[in-house]
Amino acid sequence: MDEGLRSELSKQGVFTTTLEELYNWGRRSSVWPLNFGLACCAIEMIAASMARFDIARFGAEVFRPSPRQADLMIVAGTVTKKMAPQVVRLFNQMPEPKYVIAMGACAISGGPFKQGYNVLKGIDRYLPVDVHIPGCPPRPEALLHALMTLQQKIAAQRLTGPERPPHARDDAPAEFPVPQYGPYDLNPPHNPEVWQPAAVVRDEA
Amino acid sequence: MKPELDEDALIGALSTGEVEPEGLVAGPAPALATLPPPRGFELTPKSPAASAADGEVLEVAMGPHHPSTHGVFRMDVVLDGERVLRLKPVFGYLHRNHEKIAERTTYLASMPYTDRLDYFCSLTNNWAYALAVERLAGIGVPERAEYLRVITAELTRLLNHSCLIGFLLHDMGTMGTPLMYAFREREKILDLFEALTGARMMCNYMRFGGCRVDAPAGWLDQVRQVVDDFPRFLEEFENLITTNEILLARSQGVGVLPAALAISASVTGPMLRASGVDYDLRKVDGYGFYPRFEFRVPLGDHGDVYDRYMVRVLEMRESLHILHQALRDIPDGPVLDPKAKLRNFRPKPGEAYGRLEAPKGELGFYLISDGGPNPYRYRVRPPSLINLTILEDMCRGHTVADAVVILGSVDIVLGEVDR
Amino acid sequence: MTRLAAAVPGIQLELVPNGSPGNPASLVVDPAQAVAAAVFLRDDPGLLLDHVSNVTGVDWLDTVLKETTRVKQVIDGVEREVEQTTERRKPGYLEAVYHLFSMARKQGPVVLRQRTANRVDKVHVASLTPVFRGAEFQEREVFDLFGIVFDGHPDLRRLLMWDEFQDHPMRKDYVEPDDYEYEPTPHDEVLDKARRHYPVGATP
Ligand code: SF4
Repeated sequence: MDEGLRSELSKQGVFTTTLEELYNWGRRSSVWPLNFGLACCAIEMIAASMARFDIARFGAEVFRPSPRQADLMIVAGTVTKKMAPQVVRLFNQMPEPKYVIAMGACAISGGPFKQGYNVLKGIDRYLPVDVHIPGCPPRPEALLHALMTLQQKIAAQRLTGPERPPHARDDAPAEFPVPQYGPYDLNPPHNPEVWQPAAVVRDEA
Repeated sequence: MKPELDEDALIGALSTGEVEPEGLVAGPAPALATLPPPRGFELTPKSPAASAADGEVLEVAMGPHHPSTHGVFRMDVVLDGERVLRLKPVFGYLHRNHEKIAERTTYLASMPYTDRLDYFCSLTNNWAYALAVERLAGIGVPERAEYLRVITAELTRLLNHSCLIGFLLHDMGTMGTPLMYAFREREKILDLFEALTGARMMCNYMRFGGCRVDAPAGWLDQVRQVVDDFPRFLEEFENLITTNEILLARSQGVGVLPAALAISASVTGPMLRASGVDYDLRKVDGYGFYPRFEFRVPLGDHGDVYDRYMVRVLEMRESLHILHQALRDIPDGPVLDPKAKLRNFRPKPGEAYGRLEAPKGELGFYLISDGGPNPYRYRVRPPSLINLTILEDMCRGHTVADAVVILGSVDIVLGEVDR
Repeated sequence: MTRLAAAVPGIQLELVPNGSPGNPASLVVDPAQAVAAAVFLRDDPGLLLDHVSNVTGVDWLDTVLKETTRVKQVIDGVEREVEQTTERRKPGYLEAVYHLFSMARKQGPVVLRQRTANRVDKVHVASLTPVFRGAEFQEREVFDLFGIVFDGHPDLRRLLMWDEFQDHPMRKDYVEPDDYEYEPTPHDEVLDKARRHYPVGATP
């Protein structure tokens, strides 16, 4: 249906929509995050859900303690190597469609603790991240912005066609392998299907 | 196993509207001399799991992802029905190698990392670290900076205690209302911090020999306003909570910590004082300008969760008292010792241990210098970790739901427990 | 200190001066007598050090001391002064440091140190957990991060790292796993790491 006809109809009080839009509208307006605080950023996440910032305006105030009831994992804080297997396992337990927001410098790249021996240098080594929020800690407004970005992303997803999101495709992995504790490091140190180190050729001496 | 409830005394006092029962507030005079010496306690008695005669024992790992553990903390509990037989805390899920990183960077560059230890109280962490370095290198602090430190530290204490009580009640099942109130006050205080330091949570404000910047114009008036408004919040909070029947039932007689055990286990902070030991570093060490201020140290009688709650509420009132005095007396002047070196700072070889009364307990920094630009050994004494030593002793015999409340009353922050 | 020496027979004490002004010197005790010394420090009515505030480990690497001495030598019948350099290898050791305070008498700190014989195999010291309960987790942490074995500790397991982990990361010679990735502006240490990680001309 073309836009003109559609707006003409809506002036007459007739709403038309597509199934896809309706479906995405419903999904994006009630994103339930997993109540998953890892470190300092979690406090700002809690602050975002409190009266002043009120994440409920975006339909995402229902923080679920159980991964089975959540569709958004906000990785808020430093992921240590000791914690990383649990993070991946929790993500595996979430039902599709599911999304990941990496909140804070630590979750993106290790942040200030990047030089630490027990710090995972970014959760995107194991999980596909949808939205990154830089900052240490990001302000609650930044989290709200990330949520809106995610909503736009959800709204743009197609149900059919080659650009289907992973959850609508059969060949995309629904679960990600859980790393094991090794004697010196996690095994494997990153999931090669999700993340590869940047290809750099150094030429200077 | 559950200890006898000693409700009558407290409830009687409370129902008459007297929220400061006798004995809960003691003057600086210690009642400690009468304490038995801490010896002969049972050292982590291993009650064999098989002692539960009837039925099976159940081993549960609570955490690291558990909504009640305030972060990524794990407790391995052995349960007989609902009763806790054994409880082993497991740490390390937030071990961020703070000490190793700090040993590799310069003294000043570790200052922002201290913010991230106990991320509710970044300013007291800053102060503790600055204090240790100042001891190490023998640096003085100008008067105005000391006052600013006291003001920010006491604001931090208000913020921490109010949020903690919110979380504690959240654990008891109030689902958010007190927490929302606490976070409303927190935002006011965070606005002050943001005006002063530029950041809401990670303030990075203190320097060796003072503070980074002076307060902006009008900041002290804003503080005064917040401090004047705070009692209203406290009253509201207490009306809502203190005599609430559910709170009394859930917290009185739960998680009793005897004073002798508390001392032996190096418990510090409000937890120690709730057990009736008068040990507040603000009085004992008299660091900063605390000897100039008049304040009392609230003490508890029973050492249960309710006393810990009450001690924190009373401490907030004392903090307000300190803040009033500090805001009245704060002089003008520089905020940074002009002789203090920020760049290329190399203290003489030696070692120093600086500690102060953070809202969670005694926060200490131990530094060994070998004369280089970075510390040879850098160690944080985390109050939250050490206060957890006796978690098992407090929880044994209680139900799982009580264990959650007891853990909430210990007041831990995982960034500090694991560092 | 003299009273401590009198109270615990056969104790070997050594006082380590502290180079930083205004900070206390510390007391080195032999691990064999450490528990007896700690009990004395805790119970002596004049000290009553009942609060062990801080327990930590320190790793002192092997050091090579260079000593330069001037000796008079007769060379070719002429007496001359010659500088002679002797190298002495001082074996490293691990050290457990305790800060004791008194809650009852509000005094302190007394800094107690125990040293291990070397850094490799003889890494045992006595645990003070039976004396001070507060040392429990901190000694476990020192065991985890430094590899000092505390004899007599009731529950000596790793505290922070996972159980399968095999190294002691806070030791000075710990080498961390190479999970470096490209940074746009590497400098200093990071640049060194980058050089090692991305050798010149290597194809990724
Ligand atoms: S990004 Fe900063 S605030 Fe967030 S978890 Fe990491 S250190 Fe903490």
